[in-house]
Formats: sequence, structure tokens, C-alpha cells
Amino acid sequence: MDRSTLELADELRRLLGPKRVLDSRSDLAVYECDAFVLEKNCPSVAVLPESTAEVAAIVRLCNERGVAFVPRGAGTSLSGGGMPVGGGVMIVLTRMREVLEVNLRDRYAVVEPGVVNVNLNKRLAGTGFHYAPDPSSQGACTIGGNAATNAGGPHTLKYGVTVNHVLGVELVTAEGEVVQLGGPIDGSPGPDLVGTIVGGEGTLGIVTKVWVRLTRNPQGVRTMLGIFESVDDATQAISAIIGAGIIPAALEMMDQGILVAVEEAFHFGFPLDAEAILLIEVDGLEVGLDAQRDRIAEICRAHQAREVRFAADAKERLQLWKCRKQAFGAIGRLSPSYCTQDGVVPRSKLPHILQRIRAIGKKHDIRIVNVFHAGDGNIHPILLFDERHAEQVKRVLAASDEILTECLACGGSVTGEHGIGLEKLSFMNRMFSNDDLDVMGRLRDALNPGGLLSPGKLLPTAGACGMEQIHPGRHAPV
Amino acid sequence: MPESLDNVKAANPGPVLDYELLLDCVHCGLCTSACPTYAETGDENESPRGRIYLMRGVTDGKLGLTDRVRSHLELCLDCRACETACPSGVQYGKLIEPFRIAMDQADASRPRGDWFRRYILFGLLPYPKRLRWALTPARIAQRTGALAVARALRLTRLLPSPLRRMVEMLPSPRRNEGALPEFLPAIGKRRATVALFTGCVGDAMFRHVNWATARVLQHNGCDVHVPPTQACCGAIHFHAGANEPAWQLADTNLAAFDPQRFDAILNNIAGCGSMLKEYGHHWHDSQQPARAAWAAKVRDVNEFLDQLGPERPCGEIRAVATYHDPCHLLHAQKIHDAPRRLLALVPGLELRDLPETELCCGAAGTYNLMQPDMSSRLSRRKIENIRHTQARVVITANAGCALQIAREAREQGERLAVVHPMEILDWSYRGITPRWQSIS
Repeated sequence: MDRSTLELADELRRLLGPKRVLDSRSDLAVYECDAFVLEKNCPSVAVLPESTAEVAAIVRLCNERGVAFVPRGAGTSLSGGGMPVGGGVMIVLTRMREVLEVNLRDRYAVVEPGVVNVNLNKRLAGTGFHYAPDPSSQGACTIGGNAATNAGGPHTLKYGVTVNHVLGVELVTAEGEVVQLGGPIDGSPGPDLVGTIVGGEGTLGIVTKVWVRLTRNPQGVRTMLGIFESVDDATQAISAIIGAGIIPAALEMMDQGILVAVEEAFHFGFPLDAEAILLIEVDGLEVGLDAQRDRIAEICRAHQAREVRFAADAKERLQLWKCRKQAFGAIGRLSPSYCTQDGVVPRSKLPHILQRIRAIGKKHDIRIVNVFHAGDGNIHPILLFDERHAEQVKRVLAASDEILTECLACGGSVTGEHGIGLEKLSFMNRMFSNDDLDVMGRLRDALNPGGLLSPGKLLPTAGACGMEQIHPGRHAPV
Repeated sequence: MPESLDNVKAANPGPVLDYELLLDCVHCGLCTSACPTYAETGDENESPRGRIYLMRGVTDGKLGLTDRVRSHLELCLDCRACETACPSGVQYGKLIEPFRIAMDQADASRPRGDWFRRYILFGLLPYPKRLRWALTPARIAQRTGALAVARALRLTRLLPSPLRRMVEMLPSPRRNEGALPEFLPAIGKRRATVALFTGCVGDAMFRHVNWATARVLQHNGCDVHVPPTQACCGAIHFHAGANEPAWQLADTNLAAFDPQRFDAILNNIAGCGSMLKEYGHHWHDSQQPARAAWAAKVRDVNEFLDQLGPERPCGEIRAVATYHDPCHLLHAQKIHDAPRRLLALVPGLELRDLPETELCCGAAGTYNLMQPDMSSRLSRRKIENIRHTQARVVITANAGCALQIAREAREQGERLAVVHPMEILDWSYRGITPRWQSIS
């Protein structure tokens, strides 16, 4: 460890005391990557602040010394959002985990960034309200991280993604100033600064407090399974359901490949010979739910669904969701390594993109299985391979690139919810024009003038060598 | 602190691990929030993913087994909540347990036979008779009120730390019940023939629970055999890194219970139960298949009764209660519904959900003696959650949890009764109205 790092660590210890500053090699190794494991870099120091004032003091110190710094939550990012590209100080926000206020009358809660998504909902149990965005990693990921990536989840089809549920943030700016944007009430005049910060992937400031919207629990819920002989029929049914003016709370697809793994893990009784199933949920006022459910069943049947099953009770519903949410974990049963892609296409292009994915898989001789948020066109093709075979890895890289390029050609995006992080930097200039990137860069430079906050993330840096391709790996659940 | 090579004391324990098990971890991080030590510290070094990363780093030779690494691995409760959370099926217990044993054995600089391990952990705890005898002075102090005075004056603080913790955990005295006979016949039509494992600490401190268990089984048509030559399950030794004695105890139990004779080998302590169920995969010698066959007969009594179909209890138990999941029942044995279903049968009993019930109470075998700080943080958190339910009765199916929760409640002046599900069933079957023995 060099001299300046030692001094920096000592100064941080003066701020935080000895226990919340980590600088031994082994302690830092654990922070060298998040759930995206193909790029690794140790921070010089990791710190665990407990208050906004501490975060601001750390940031000011980093500015004084010209050291890069990067915030991190639970480290579940699939795109390397929590990885310190430029080394420096990692600001770990997991000790800021209090739910500071729950205000049911005004329907908001104030939380610290390290609150685990599901813990907020546990806290709200019994109140009749919940926090709607439900990424599949909600059992571990933090609200701060959700805000950074503008996280989605199965139920965001109807309820909207994170940005629709963040009313305000307290922010430590890149220079260490504390500001509040928005607050308990919705819709302040002027540019939407909260909306700018949410999805900024930690490059525009460090969120230290979040005002989140609380959503009333639906009175009733109906969950069903549509079982299809062909993927085509299933994807056509998705378009038809939304086209009929029904917005399900969630609309998820799993294909045969993933069904086999899920069935082995959870024994739900999925038919293993079906090519695809749709997991569909409608919720809202009890009145009319049965009619909606029946209408969806009818549409499924009109698209050659072999069978439509209704979840009999709450327990069966939970089991179905467990199968879906933990599907990625079950992939370990199919192959030693896998790579999850995250792309978006307009819904009506789903049949096309899935056909293309199949063709691309065949062309590169890579097995690809699918489980994804069908309702909003957010696909997650999973490429199966063995990382010990370099040649297979190459084919996976080529196939991934082709799939994402196809998403762009369809008018879609290379990420739906995982974020750009550092994984998809190289796609930014394929997705956006130079003018677009220039405007985004100027926004970032205005809020992060020294460039010390989260360098090397989200926007390609001129002159720096971006990563040439997307790397596959043993990726984790979405 | 920067690492220097001279504080790397031990040989690399990595080779004892099945390397493939390390590779099962895809580094997704979904385990982190389930981990009690991470929930407390927020440091990924104190999370399952972090610990696996450290073990892999040491195994690969990238990291030395420094005091720092060691302390993160030692702080693990081995509660295995991470296994429940992990979607990839990582067998964390099969990583941390052998690694810690090897870590301990390889470290020549550590005092191997310190007095506490030699005399208390290995010399006293596993032997119910010695333990009952050793507790006599403390029991007398308790009955005469001397212990309460000593506690009030904080005189117990003069004892060496682990002993003090043990005295602090001593439960209130119960009516002195005799040892269980070798055989207790089924009442009514015989539905099963079972053997009862009585445990070491269990038999010394929780004999009333063993009696309750036996009576409940009899009431449910079970012939109950209590083999007299049975021994401690060996979990205390195994988890403290003493492999050989654990192995010997396992084989003593193998000889004491003939699996052919019984429909099931039952136990009522979650920690013992998971050890007994694991006999088949800890040691690999010619006896391994026999141990595996034996282990296949082991059931927790809640699990067994729930499967057998319990007789409906009729006696009313008026109480607001909450059920705390012992880690070794919920995470190690994956038993969640059975005790709840049994308790739901009891008329009058209102069972309230315990927030964070899946989080360890800090007992974790002998963890509360070896890692008192983290243990206390977790037990305080547990009591806080119990307080939230407003229950006055805490029901749990593990001796360690019961002692830990009772100790913390006593320290906080919280009036709680801590009982085993079989006690509740027993009272209900017998139509006894419990006089809740509040522990404070």
C-alpha cells in the first residue's frame, strides 16, 4: 500500500473510528466485484458510514485529496455498478439501513439507502400499503441501489419502475454538499431533478435518503398460468392481452429450457413438454377481477394455449412466484456457467426477437433459455456454456452481441433494468448518437465536475479504452 | 491494517474442501441479507458470499490465512440461513465447517487444549450426569436465592467470561424429574415404535422437555424406547473443530440405536437433530453406509408427529405466544410448517408471527460462549422482535435458543416464558393449565 493511501486511510479513521474503515488486502478483496464478476478491481479503502454527515465528510476528503470514490449497496449489480473501476474509496452504504418514517396518511416512507427492498415491505406488512417495485433480487438489493439503476421487477408492468415511486432524494453531491431534491409531495415545478438522479447509476451524486411512494395493496389478485405448445403462440398472446386493453400486474414468460430446471428445483408440476408458459397476474378491485381473468384465459386459448390454470390459493400463488423469482438460481442445474442478457424490445417485436434468439443460438451452437418480463418487452435470454472452454466463451460473446444488436435494430434497448454499469459501456455509442452522449456527458460534468464520483461508469469516457465486448459469466438472478 | 506475511500463521486449509462446492457460488449476493452477522455489521466480509470469497481466496493462494480472514470466518454462526436464501443451492455448511476444522488444526500457535475447551466443552457438556452434578452448587445458589443476589450485585462478573455466560444462561429450576425409563408404552392403539434421543445438555437441563416429548408420543400411540447407552450427538465437538471425538460419539450412538427396530429415531433439540441427520456425510470409512442408513431414520419430533397425524389436543392453553425458528430446524433441516401446524391445533393458543424469525438468536451451539459480543447483539435484536409481538410466551424447539432467549430476557427484565412445542402439547393433552414460569 502506498503512502498516500495509508494517509488517506488514517484520515478516514479519524472521521469514522477504526472499525468502519477497511484497508487490509483480504477485506478489500471481497469488494473487488459485485454480481458481475468478469471485471475486478480492489478499492484502496472501503468505508461504512452511518450518516449523511459522514458520507459528506468522506466525499469532501476525497475531493481534497483528488481520490476517486464510488458508492455501493448490497453489491447485487449484474452490470458492475458497485465495482470500483478507478480504485479509490468505496463508500458502502449498508449501515445506513433505517426506515426513518412511514406516513400512511400521506402515503410515503422515508428510508436510508441501505434498506433492503424486502425489509421495507416487511415493515409495511399489515398497513395495507406496500412499496411496488419488486426486482427479483429484492430479498437482498437495497433501495439506494434500486434508485441508482431505476430498477424494475415483475410488477412494474402495471405499477411503474423505481423512478415512478421515488418522490424525493437527499443527495450528497460529488463535491460533498448535501441537498434535498423533491420530498414528500409529488410534482414540484421545474426540471425533474429527482428523475435525473434516479437511474444515474451513482454518477450524479450519492443518495443518502429516499422518499418513496407507498401503494395501496390491491383488494384482490388472480394468478394464472397459460401453457403453450409454441413460443410463438405465447408471445402473440402477450401482445394480444395488452392489445385488448388489459394491463396485468405482471406478465412473465418462461420457456421449456428454464421450466425443466425450475421444475427440478421446486416441483411445482409444470408440464415439461410445453414450449412456453405465461405467468399472468391481475389485481385491483375484487369486482371485475374474475371477468379480467376469464378474458385473459380466453385470449390465451385463442392463441392455442393448451391449458390455462388458475392458482387455487395464496400458497399456490406464492409457490408460482418463487419458481419465477428464483428461476435464475436453478440454472446451475442446467450448465456450469451461464450469461444473462438484459435487453428490451417493443412488445409487438417479442415473437420476432425470440425467433431471432433461437436462430442466433443455433448459429453459434449455444443453448439459450428464456425467462423474462414479457409484459414490458424486457427479455433475459440466458446463454448456457462451460467457462472452462475458451472456444465456447467466444461463441457466447458473439451470440450475446448479436442478440443485443438485434434489440437495438428492433428499436429497443440494451438494458431494461440492470443498468449499463461497466458491462455495457461499449453499447452506448451504438444506442445513442454522439450528440445524445455529449448532452449526457455535459449533464454529468455539471453535477460531477471533477469526475471523481464513479468514474468509468454509465457513459463511455472519451479517450479511455472502453471494454470491447460484453463478457459472459456465471451470472446471477435478475 | 496492512497485511504482512508473518501474521500468516497457518498452512492452507483449502485442500480439505471440495473445490466444486466453492464454484457453485455465482456471487449473486442474494444470501447477504439472510446472514445475521451481515445484518448487524453491513460488512460483506461478514456475509456468506464474502466468506466464500475469502475461503476461495485462501484456497487459491491469493490470500493468506491472516488473523483478519480468520476472524471473519470465526464470526460465522454456521446458522445456514444463507442456504435457505441461496437459489443456486450452495452448500455453505459443507464449506465453512471443514474449513474451520482444518483452520483450527493447522494452527500450531493457538492454545489447543485451553482449559475451557478441555474441561467444560469437551469434559462436561457432553455428559448429562457430570453436568447435572456440576450444576449442583449453582442450583443450590439458585434455590436459596444466592444466585439472584449474585446476579443483582453483578458478582457473576468475577467469573471467567465463558463460565460467566454459562451461569447467566442457567435456566430457572424445574421440579426435579427422574431419568426417563428405557421403555414407555403406547397409549391406545400402537401406531409406531420409536427411539428417543435425549441429548446431553438436553437431559441435564431440559429433562422436563424429554418427559413431555415421551408423554406426547405415548399419547399418539408410540412405543417409546430410550436406549441407555446413547451418547452426546457430537455437535459441540464437531463444530469446535474436534473431529475425532465427534466421530467416536457418532459410532457410540450407532451402536446404541438399532435402526431396524424403530420406525424413527426421534429428538427434540434442533441442533442435535441436524448433527444426527448428518452422520452419513461427515466421515468416510467402511461404516459410512451404516451411518447413512441410521441417519435416514432420524426425525425431529415435530416433523414426525406432523407426518404421523397428531391426535387432536383438547385442553385449552390460554396464551399469546410466538414461535422462534431455531436455525438448525429451519435452515439445516428445512422444517418450518410442522411445529406451527402442531401448535395451531391447541385450543386457546394465539400464535403471533415473529418478525425476523429466520434470523439466528445468537446461541448457535457454543457460539454464545466463544463470540459473546456478536451473540449478545443478536439476542438483543431477538428480544426486540419478540417485544414487538407482545407475546408473553416464546415457543422454540432447541435447547440453545431457549437458554439464550431466556438469558437475554432476564438481563432486560422482560417477563417471558420460554417453552418447547412438546411442553405445550403435553399440557394440552393432559388438560393441565400451565403456571407460566416466567424467567425473570
